Amino acid sequence: MNPLLLFVFVLAIYLGLELITKVPSQLHTPLMSGSNAISGITIVGAIVASGESGLLATVLGTIAVTAATINVIGGYMVTNRMLGMFKTRKDA
Amino acid sequence: MEAWQTFAYIAASILFITGLKMLGRAETAKRGNAVSAVGMLIAVVATLLAGGLDYTWILVGLVVGTSIGAIAARRVQMTEMPEMVALLNGSGGLASMLVGWAEYVRADGVVTFSAVAIVLTVLVGGLAASGSVIAFAKLSGRIDGKPFLFKGQKVLNAAILALALLAGLVVALDAALVGGVTGVTVAFGVVLILALVLGVLAVIPIGGADMPIVVSLLNSYSGVAAAMAGFVIDNNVLVVAGSLVGASGLILTTIMCKAMNRSLANVLFGGFGATVSAGGAAAQGEVKPLTPEDAYFILEAANSVVFVPGYGMAVAQAQHVVKELADQLTKNGAEVRHAIHPVAGRMPGHMNVLLAEANVPYEQLVEPEDVNPAMETVDVAIVIGANDVVNPAAKEDPSSPLWGMPIIEVDRARTCFVLKRSMNPGFSGVDNALFLKDNTRMIFGDAKATITAMVAAFKES
Repeated sequence: MNPLLLFVFVLAIYLGLELITKVPSQLHTPLMSGSNAISGITIVGAIVASGESGLLATVLGTIAVTAATINVIGGYMVTNRMLGMFKTRKDA
Repeated sequence: MEAWQTFAYIAASILFITGLKMLGRAETAKRGNAVSAVGMLIAVVATLLAGGLDYTWILVGLVVGTSIGAIAARRVQMTEMPEMVALLNGSGGLASMLVGWAEYVRADGVVTFSAVAIVLTVLVGGLAASGSVIAFAKLSGRIDGKPFLFKGQKVLNAAILALALLAGLVVALDAALVGGVTGVTVAFGVVLILALVLGVLAVIPIGGADMPIVVSLLNSYSGVAAAMAGFVIDNNVLVVAGSLVGASGLILTTIMCKAMNRSLANVLFGGFGATVSAGGAAAQGEVKPLTPEDAYFILEAANSVVFVPGYGMAVAQAQHVVKELADQLTKNGAEVRHAIHPVAGRMPGHMNVLLAEANVPYEQLVEPEDVNPAMETVDVAIVIGANDVVNPAAKEDPSSPLWGMPIIEVDRARTCFVLKRSMNPGFSGVDNALFLKDNTRMIFGDAKATITAMVAAFKES
């Protein structure tokens, strides 16, 4: 286990807090569903777990891959759909 | 880890950061979402190509998950977005929890640091998963949206959290000393179950009007769970991406709390509205009902109209007729705006999404601080299914639970129409003095039917 990850963790949290300070309210929902899709990155861990040997780990991993994929695909697609509806007078 | 894989994960992390930044600005949001999706694709492909994996079950999971996710994203109604976001949060939290569990099963004699990470992954992931399911059930009306409170609730929650942490400590310490013993397995099972129980207990005391805060907080949790899973499998990209989501969810949560002038602790433990019916002076005045036909004559003469939508607009699916009425008013020469309170509806930005669906131009959407200063010049403010966010008690009555909350001050408009089914108070259970003000006219009935009647009156003239 790599304690350096703690360093990355703290820096990434700080970066995240700095990155998204002023968000217009019309973007609140897309920001939420879009960032939610990013949290589906846990799919990487799920793939590793599901592909390794051991029955229980494989079962848990496969369910995890399914759930994470729903999170990723559903999150990106629904965000894209929502953002497609936001129009300014120019494009309308 | 191979060097190329590290590079791929770095690229993915940069794309997530860039994408998230672009998602925060209207002009770049759509591209930002695509950028972050490319990052995800790179991360997944790099993981699949790492070798040493049996692909059979991975493929099954990917195919099933893609089908469910794609169908849900295409079919979901915009009015159901809060439920959709809750479910997506839940599946992310569940996945992280299972990753932690699977790693626990796989690891014989894990070192303490990993065991701590596994326990935290399971705890936060499980909490996000079951909490999201309860939030979904409340939002979709499958269970009562009112706060569910009982005596000693806070004590019980604190005790369960303490017990979960204690069991987690047993897992972490014992794993370092001896590795997989029956006692440790039992302790791990306790952590797993208590995490799910905590998620349920954390969300049931929270009322409908506070849902925007809960939904964004659960979003934050699912990110933190993914970051913890990154510690478990020793992977930077999970830590970076998870932390970013955790931070952005926290920012949204803070914005929501500020919009209600309440602290996070007050929302999480408050059970707002369940205990307040006694507070607040009784409002004076009488209800002045109006028919949609009479409302037409006032609207016809108006030069400036502000719509104030709330959750009731979503329930009545009235966003399309609102757009129609707005078009009629514009054609009639009136200036039309839609004032959106940050916590109107059941999730952050709920009303914006619905009005965007109805093709309301972005320029007509304004925030409370944009309309409040010149509210006296507004001829008609039309409140559609909003309640607490227009309640004047927030600035007039220090004993009201809403006291201090920034509101849209429609009571200062020349005339205020309130479209409502009945005189029942809003989700918070607080009476609304707005309904009894001299310049307020109540238009009872289904909001969609009422507005349709107004549009018809415009078309006939």
